[in-house]
Amino acid sequence: MNPTLPRWADFALIPALNLLLAFFVAGLVVLFIGENPIAAMKILVVGSLGSSYGIGFTLYYATTFVFTGLSVAIAYHAGLFNIGSEGQAALGGIGVTLVCLAVPWPYWAVALPFAILGAGVFGAAWALIPGYLQAKRGSHVVITTIMFNFIASALVVYLLVNVLKAPGMAPETAGFPEGTHLPFMHEILGAFGIKVSKTPMNLASILALLAAFKTWVLIWRTRLGYEMRAFGHSEPAAVYAGIDPVKITVIAMLLSGAMAGMMALNVVMGFQHRLVLDYVAGAGFVGIAVSLMGRSHPVGVVLAAILFGILYQGGAELAFDMPKISRDMIVVIQALVILFTGALENLVRLPVTRLFLQLRRRPA
Amino acid sequence: MDLETLLQLAASSLRLATPLLLACLAGLFSERAGIFDIGLEGKMLAAAFAAGAIAAVTGSAWVGLLAGIGASLALALLHGLASITLRGNQLISGVAINFLASGMTALVGQNWFGLGGQTPQLQASQRFLAIELPFVEALAPVPLIGPIYQHVVSGHNILVYVALLAVPFTWWVLYRTRFGLRLRAVGENPAAVDTAGISVVRLRYGAVLIAGVLCGIAGAYLSTGMSAGFVREMTAGKGFIALAALIFAKWRPWPALGACLLFGALEAVGIRYQAITLPGVGVVPVQLMQALPYILTVVILAGFVGKATPPRAGGRPYVKER
Repeated sequence: MNPTLPRWADFALIPALNLLLAFFVAGLVVLFIGENPIAAMKILVVGSLGSSYGIGFTLYYATTFVFTGLSVAIAYHAGLFNIGSEGQAALGGIGVTLVCLAVPWPYWAVALPFAILGAGVFGAAWALIPGYLQAKRGSHVVITTIMFNFIASALVVYLLVNVLKAPGMAPETAGFPEGTHLPFMHEILGAFGIKVSKTPMNLASILALLAAFKTWVLIWRTRLGYEMRAFGHSEPAAVYAGIDPVKITVIAMLLSGAMAGMMALNVVMGFQHRLVLDYVAGAGFVGIAVSLMGRSHPVGVVLAAILFGILYQGGAELAFDMPKISRDMIVVIQALVILFTGALENLVRLPVTRLFLQLRRRPA
Repeated sequence: MDLETLLQLAASSLRLATPLLLACLAGLFSERAGIFDIGLEGKMLAAAFAAGAIAAVTGSAWVGLLAGIGASLALALLHGLASITLRGNQLISGVAINFLASGMTALVGQNWFGLGGQTPQLQASQRFLAIELPFVEALAPVPLIGPIYQHVVSGHNILVYVALLAVPFTWWVLYRTRFGLRLRAVGENPAAVDTAGISVVRLRYGAVLIAGVLCGIAGAYLSTGMSAGFVREMTAGKGFIALAALIFAKWRPWPALGACLLFGALEAVGIRYQAITLPGVGVVPVQLMQALPYILTVVILAGFVGKATPPRAGGRPYVKER
């Protein structure tokens, strides 16, 4: 990508420095509200990784972020900034719910393919219009996906309050039949004789890893992926090479939306077993940070998702132990990560590039 | 629907349109100069918090307003640093600013006041209160005009009038001053502006900072004018509706006023009537009313109802030729 920088600097050094800066500023914020950043860090790490209970929760959150992070990453490779993962994930939840409540499923393995289809089709459908409008009418996909997030939230509220609501006070659907519940990780591991704490972590975590692998295959080992990357790098060049811009834009958005919808497998089908109001809870936006930090590479996305899983789980423990640091700290860190790895990237990149140029010039 | 209800609805539309209008004009300055700004929401939220908090502590709405503008300006500077000086991605910067404001206001609010992220309830003296315009009494007996003047035009707080006056002022600055001409040029063709010996960087910073001031006023209006104190996430997507209005208005000041009034009216109707029954259509759910500004924007963006063309150089950092 950048010929002046070696690959390891581009993909490891700069993201690491950016991340360091983000956490340094986060530490300053902790100091500002009157707590010890190092003690806070300790609680965060122990709370998220110090027990099988913590790890289970961390990976449960991470699973969600792998899906939304991949969603943002796929679109990013085609030069599209999809801020709509939040809304697409919300629609994916509707899709999974409709499938799970449609028939009395006998066994989860029977229901799963249909649930994947439901999540994918609904998520993709919500990305279709922004994608189509970007391709055909030149309407900026960032703005349309923001608008579609709000429309999705209104639509889901309407459906939950007026159409899908179960009898009772809360705007939520009826519980799904037993035969749709994905096995929990503690059940799976228990079958092999490994005892771990009960956590919401479920089979969807394995599906997330599969999704990451499939995304890698798609982007770097298929013709479509090549066309997407070419289109993302230079639209005129791609068009000159005979790549159909409308097709690539729409397909990239459909895949991105479908991937966002998949998070419903983890949260709705794997854990909550019913659709509740705003089940996405900002995970779609976390996907932006995850994708930026992971440099849109599936391996990077998985690592970044685990980091955010740690932040979510550890942040919950932190809010418990240090009441001054509420869970909003997670949003602040998320913002700082987006800021330093995305918007202020050149803050680190420019000096590092200059340094490498100097180093190269000297021996010559 | 009788006249009184209609007047109340109109007045409430105007009140609800005010923050949209200020934020929309903020976006107009920034985007006309070629800097996309999806961080309107965050700047407004930060300003709402700063204004609410400082007004509660100092007891003065005016000091609160200054604090709000200050907070918004700080975020605007950050946006400028990221998108002008460091030539980063303006959209990503906007997203980051929105999250930063959302997280920091809740975190610091809880830390300072311990009220679950709210600021203390403001007394009447710490807020911008409704003011009565002159001649209300004199005009009252005139049919139609009297009540409209009394109930719709008069009786808002000063920031509402500031917002309304900002519209002709923006028009004047953009189309009748040298600065405005250059500002529009820098959003269309920065290279030409640069060739003429005018600093692209300074112009763009100027535009971004003006946007900061306007968002600051909008935020202060929310926490010290429209309500009595800051509540977490109190902007509730208003920054994005303003963005929608900006596109709806095709980046022009007078249509921006129209678009904001329309979206304000939609909100006012949505608040007053939970469900509306249209003859022949049936019940219109309140959620549809809430989604309408966004749906309308998508329709406009799609170019089915007149084409909305953004400034040509929008979103692209300017790299000076060497």
